[in-house]
Amino acid sequence: MSNLIEFVGKVSSFGARIVVDGLRMPFEGSQILTQIAEVGYKSLPLVAPAGFALGTVMTFHTRSTLVTFGASAMIPTVQALAFFVEIGPLVAGLLLAGRVGSGIGAVLANMRAAEQIDAIESLSIDSFKLLVVPRVIACVIALPLLTLFMDFAGLLGGYLSEVAASGMSLDLYISRAFAGLEWANFIAPTLKTAVFGFIIGTVSSYFGYTTNQGAAGVGRAATNSVVVSSLLVIVADVVLVKCIFFAFPESAL
Amino acid sequence: MSSAHMGPAVVFDQVFKAFGPHHVLRDVSFSVPAGKVLCILGRSGTGKSVTLKLLMALLKPDRGSIWVDGDDVTRLKPSGLSKVRRKMGFLFQDAALFDSLTLYENLALPLARLTTKTQAEIDFAINGVLSEVELADDKDKLPSDLSGGMRKRAGLARALVLEPKVLLADEPSSGLDRITASEIDELLLRQKRDKGTTILVVTHDVHGARRVGDQFAVLDKGELIAYGTAAEVENSGRDTARKLISEDYPA
Repeated sequence: MSNLIEFVGKVSSFGARIVVDGLRMPFEGSQILTQIAEVGYKSLPLVAPAGFALGTVMTFHTRSTLVTFGASAMIPTVQALAFFVEIGPLVAGLLLAGRVGSGIGAVLANMRAAEQIDAIESLSIDSFKLLVVPRVIACVIALPLLTLFMDFAGLLGGYLSEVAASGMSLDLYISRAFAGLEWANFIAPTLKTAVFGFIIGTVSSYFGYTTNQGAAGVGRAATNSVVVSSLLVIVADVVLVKCIFFAFPESAL
Repeated sequence: MSSAHMGPAVVFDQVFKAFGPHHVLRDVSFSVPAGKVLCILGRSGTGKSVTLKLLMALLKPDRGSIWVDGDDVTRLKPSGLSKVRRKMGFLFQDAALFDSLTLYENLALPLARLTTKTQAEIDFAINGVLSEVELADDKDKLPSDLSGGMRKRAGLARALVLEPKVLLADEPSSGLDRITASEIDELLLRQKRDKGTTILVVTHDVHGARRVGDQFAVLDKGELIAYGTAAEVENSGRDTARKLISEDYPA
């Protein structure tokens, strides 16, 4: 138990340092852009097909149930609500925790083991500001954008599945999909993924940057990054959903 | 402190460092006059590399003070520490070049961030230092494309690019053949001779150490057991020190 409290304390203080250093000049603009490309652009080939496949499969499942109750017209609405409110943000967060979390943890741990972080410090350069802060900022910016890609890829998958089953037109699918969607169902859940991004970036950077176990620490940092950030994303999702319901009561389904 | 500091370039004063129950350095004291080369010898795991990292303030001692060019690095705030580090260069054991950057970018990173040099001046400085280490034709290569000896020379180039007053070299010749090791020694000697750089070298290569060193410090189980010229260390009465500095003792 004391280990858990110690870990929470260390990660919290690490996160607080990220916020403070992120607001302090000089801003690492080029590093942030490089990391957005690394975190965001390079994750698209994972996120978009995953969203498409999930959307297709979800329509398979919801269709049989809704047709039984004579509510097949609700299929696009259910699909859109499910993706924008919960599936898109959560699955994008978990996929990114796997791809980006392991990447950040392994890269930083490898730099630590190869004394590259010491080398940066020896050159009078703040290694934390150069390596950690841009990665976390990139996660915070990229995750909401990737979530949008996942949402729309899911809708596309659902639409194609529905076309194959019932021949529904695109116009009708879109109008039904967005008919039951409030702005609160869209904006707040999408923006909550910025928090997921902060969690993934902070936790994986923490494990990579603070490792002191040489080469053996690289694999451990990557594994811990994925496991802990995935777990924290799920816990944060529960908390944030309650917060969103509190702030936007109309978004509660 | 002052740029006109006249005392020793480096002073270690009663420095103690432990990692958990393992006492790595036990009240070690020595000093290095400006422009001289100190070679730190010792068996593996006796605190030689830790000594260099303490000097660069990458580690903090548990007690004692460490002075570099008149400043106690153990008591400096980050801004002051940054200024002192600007006076030092560090050649790491495996060079520690940044994998994702070319050789040119590795050298340009500190120049672009820490100086007000123009792009042309940065190019001039990098070409100059790369020519010194005979890597001018390799500046567009990634570290993974360089051989062990080239990486060492590239690491040395990066350590020298900010024209340090104090150069720290952690096993500069480890893993290298004798000819390449001798070339690295020659580069260190040239740096001392031409620029008056104070150099601390951690090494197991006694031939190289005798070639470049003015003074020698021998560490054993965290204690400084001998310190002085080669002759003084040989006659220190400590068997380990005599074996480590003897060119006749089998490698």
